[in-house]
Amino acid sequence: MPVIKDAVCSLCGSLCDDITVTVEDNKITKIENACILGHSKFVGMFEHDRIETPMIRKDGELVPVSYEEAIGAAAKILVNSRRTLSYGWCSTSCEAISKAIQLAEETGSLIDSTANVCHGPSALAAQEKGAPGASLGVIKNRADVIVFWGCNPVHAHPRHMSRYSSFSKGLFSTKGRKGRKMVVIDVRKTDTAKLADRYVEIEQGSDLLLITALRSAVNGHEDVIPQTVAGVSKEEVLELAETLKNAQFSCVFFGMGVTQSRSKYKNGDGVSSLISDLNQHSKAVMIGMRGHYNVTGFGQVATWETGFPMAIDFARGFPYYNPGETGANDVLVREEADAAIISAADAGAHFPQKAVRHLAKIPVIQIDPYANPTTELADVVIPAAVVGIEAEGTAYRMDAIPLRMKKLIDTEFKTDEQIAKDLIAKVRELKGGA
Amino acid sequence: MKLKANLISGRTADQGAHLEAKTHKGYFDACAYCELNSADLERLGVSEGESLKVTTDFGEVVVFAKANDGNPDGLAFIPMGPWANAVTNPDTHGCGMPGLKGVPAEIEATEGKPLDMKSLMKQYRED
Repeated sequence: MPVIKDAVCSLCGSLCDDITVTVEDNKITKIENACILGHSKFVGMFEHDRIETPMIRKDGELVPVSYEEAIGAAAKILVNSRRTLSYGWCSTSCEAISKAIQLAEETGSLIDSTANVCHGPSALAAQEKGAPGASLGVIKNRADVIVFWGCNPVHAHPRHMSRYSSFSKGLFSTKGRKGRKMVVIDVRKTDTAKLADRYVEIEQGSDLLLITALRSAVNGHEDVIPQTVAGVSKEEVLELAETLKNAQFSCVFFGMGVTQSRSKYKNGDGVSSLISDLNQHSKAVMIGMRGHYNVTGFGQVATWETGFPMAIDFARGFPYYNPGETGANDVLVREEADAAIISAADAGAHFPQKAVRHLAKIPVIQIDPYANPTTELADVVIPAAVVGIEAEGTAYRMDAIPLRMKKLIDTEFKTDEQIAKDLIAKVRELKGGA
Repeated sequence: MKLKANLISGRTADQGAHLEAKTHKGYFDACAYCELNSADLERLGVSEGESLKVTTDFGEVVVFAKANDGNPDGLAFIPMGPWANAVTNPDTHGCGMPGLKGVPAEIEATEGKPLDMKSLMKQYRED
């Protein structure tokens, strides 16, 4: 029986590339090295609710049709729409993302990734102040201070700490966890916080206050720091600043606590400024804890093809970018989109009710391997192969390192890339040439 | 008795393990609950597994109660998903990101039961 080593896990942004899978009769029968999330990913084709066939909603019910019919119906929706939102494209390959961008250009659509409800504000922060980063390999080999700010890798990236950060052993970090100081900053004592050397509990939504106080301390302006900031004592702020200043190499990993809380992108902007200040004393970097396994890849592909990482509007015939105006949620909440194509992401589950209610009113095309809340709103459903298991392709890890995902088993389902190509061809046909 | 709380949503391992299995009961179990600390649950007179109604300016949702003593007083957590997003803030403050954390909420005991995923989504299609 074939045993495939070093398979890449296409679930979260850690993109672990050391998974061993055993394949028997085109089924994965054994999985080694994967975490709870990865394990669920690799057994998905056999245990989850697979979309078995293309479907079109007729009289309120989704009924099976052929791929050809579904592609035709989807292309018709796209051609008749004056303001299409194309959303997602993050649990898929860069090759598919490239075609999705071409489809958006062809149809004058607005295309956005899951960063809209994730690290979008981090992209804005990077544009304001930069984002000094490093590869996870560098962190593994060098970092002696690791900060997790507003993120909970025990739950969201379960192997992150053992492969890349707190617990890993590297070239200059031979003692592993004993040689690293681990700090967690959060609003509640998470399972990650329980593992920290120092847990700093802050008042929810006050991240920017703490960042500013830390910057004051690092820059030698202790006098301006009040006795308590963000629910944290001045003494603790000063101690934390000393830890960061005295580190040989520190990394701030940050998550949704930073991007989704009050001040949003200004928090990431503040973290970037803090990193810049720390680099006057030691070496420090920042890395966003990315969720979907290839949301980083969307940012990369979109940037090299359009100049912008997300929220790209092709309505004017050229790429236009203004998150807050062209973000997926904004365009839904303003009830501006008159059709949507959602692929390799689940807006139905992850957008606020008001945005979801608008999705329910407009024609929705879904491309996905599995049924989910978006399927409940969809009018055309196109099943896709599971990239990283049934199809190969490239994905970018959270530190923007590209990795090649392998094909592990065969499938009859079309890939996202092929579906996007078919849609481009059909749209061109309906528009009469080009 | 209504508890004034600050609501955040976020990931959990169980939610993540059902990311691609959202029609399963496991997803419902992993996401249709609200965590408060034991003292807050006691104030509401609610035990784990009983129902809570969470109301914000943006909607209301019924979820199961769960205790998590890592939460400070008045901090409520619902795993990211359609139940949390029934009550999150759609306003992006001009930067694209909705208010998925830090939503002022009122929480109270209820006799109602949480809707399963399909029933919850069906409401949006039919309203």
